[in-house]
Amino acid sequence: MVNVEVTPLPGIGTRQDFVSRGGRRLGVITYRDGRLELIVSREDDPDACTASIPLTVEEAGALANLLGAPQLVAQLRKENDGLSGVHTKHLPLAHGSPYDGRTLGDTALRTRTAVSVVAVFRAGTVHPSPRPDFVLGGGDTLITVGTSEGLAKAADVLDRG
Amino acid sequence: MHNTAVALIELGAIFFGLGVLGRLAWRIGISPIPFYLLGGLAFGSGGLLPLEGIEEFSSIASEIGVILLLLLLGLEYSAAELVTGLRRSWLAGIVDLVLNAAPGVAVALMLGWGPVGALAMAGVTYISSSGIIAKVLGDLGRLGNRETPVILSILVFEDLAMAVYLPILTAVLAGATLLGGLTAIGISLLVVTLVLLLALKFGRYVSALVDSPDPEVFLLRVLGAALLVAGVASQLQVSAAVGAFLLGIAISGSTAENATRMLEPLRDLFAAMFFVVFGLNTNPASMPPVLGVALALAFVTTITKVATGWWAAKRQGIARMGRARAGAALVARGEFSIVIAGLAVSAGAVDDQLAALATAYVLIMAVLGPLAARFVEPIARLAVARLRPATA
Repeated sequence: MVNVEVTPLPGIGTRQDFVSRGGRRLGVITYRDGRLELIVSREDDPDACTASIPLTVEEAGALANLLGAPQLVAQLRKENDGLSGVHTKHLPLAHGSPYDGRTLGDTALRTRTAVSVVAVFRAGTVHPSPRPDFVLGGGDTLITVGTSEGLAKAADVLDRG
Repeated sequence: MHNTAVALIELGAIFFGLGVLGRLAWRIGISPIPFYLLGGLAFGSGGLLPLEGIEEFSSIASEIGVILLLLLLGLEYSAAELVTGLRRSWLAGIVDLVLNAAPGVAVALMLGWGPVGALAMAGVTYISSSGIIAKVLGDLGRLGNRETPVILSILVFEDLAMAVYLPILTAVLAGATLLGGLTAIGISLLVVTLVLLLALKFGRYVSALVDSPDPEVFLLRVLGAALLVAGVASQLQVSAAVGAFLLGIAISGSTAENATRMLEPLRDLFAAMFFVVFGLNTNPASMPPVLGVALALAFVTTITKVATGWWAAKRQGIARMGRARAGAALVARGEFSIVIAGLAVSAGAVDDQLAALATAYVLIMAVLGPLAARFVEPIARLAVARLRPATA
């Protein structure tokens, strides 16, 4: 279990951080007005920060997406362990993909590749069990379940249509 | 020229000049306060160019500057933050108080300024500049550092100490006797406790009095309430600044945040005027005699602040470099030292030299503070390298 420490910064906001296995402190400063800053501690001095990077809400969401999707996949993989031949994978939907701005139903993924989309990751939030009328957008990450051939085909479909 | 025209030209020149100086100051990484003071010294009594026709405006503007400085100091921390801060860091806060007020008291007594002067100088050397420190910590990207909460909790304690100190100071300045002074202490502790309780339990009602979704209405209400409370407080001999400060503590939550955002530019404007007027009323000729004392005081109180930060950070299990950073960050003194000196001088109860000493002292500390925070790491590394030569 990762132990996230919450420290109030009077007059400024809150700091939430944890120490990674490698001994680096990672965290977020939330200002009172809602601004966010990503902090990473210095290697030679864990008390100090080597970087504090201001993030907009969208940027924080994008980062959460990048970091959160593999974690969800790992969890699903664990749950599907008993079923042989079923795999879970996260497939990014690139900007400019033929399905950027179209619905999930339009991809006909289930019919064409026998792959199910169990969740869509967007700006740090999970949309579980999306319906066929769910509108996809560039930058989304699709959490998919299927056979390995099916998944490879699905990646191809999302890229090229 | 027409009188109004002259006044406008003078004011315009002052503000524009301060703007140029302010930009220069942050460019080289120090607070603009010393530049404002120097600007004031250059004009006015005994200076190069006496300003005429705007005295009335500038004195009111500088009063408003003090009120806004303290209103925003009160708004800076919520009542809940003040209470938890007090619970967590009272020991560090008391060490800070004793170590840093003592040099001011000692100097005042040595110069024969009596107990009233000693009380004022105690405040001048004790109170760090939370404005300078918060800005410097942000600029240097140290808000995520582990020693930063230690620094902030000391500032929170100083904030509370001011709430008790200012009413006492104003009572003593007004010529209270020992008994009167003790009554003032009792009353101010009672009032501060009441205001904190009020803010904790009924803060939203106080906030609701001034709050409004319309920014224009909100600004007028907050400013109006501050001036009203300040005026009434001043009528009751408690000093306008204290009233504004307590109002700031009582306003809480999102109202406080909005008020801070809205009043900050106004505060910067009027506070700049306050520093200029303070400089204006200080005769530059009175500075050289106290310069030596100011330098000695600066030297001693730099060491005492560094020691405070070092000790407080050590208690939180922070390594040596972090302790040095915490100590150096606390060195800056600024706006509130001048506010205290201003209260003392305008009451006429202290030696005139106090203004000169406070000006010289803040000139040094407001420059030294940000520089110390910035250069503490290379200096500490150099010192370590010197102490442990090539053998390591």
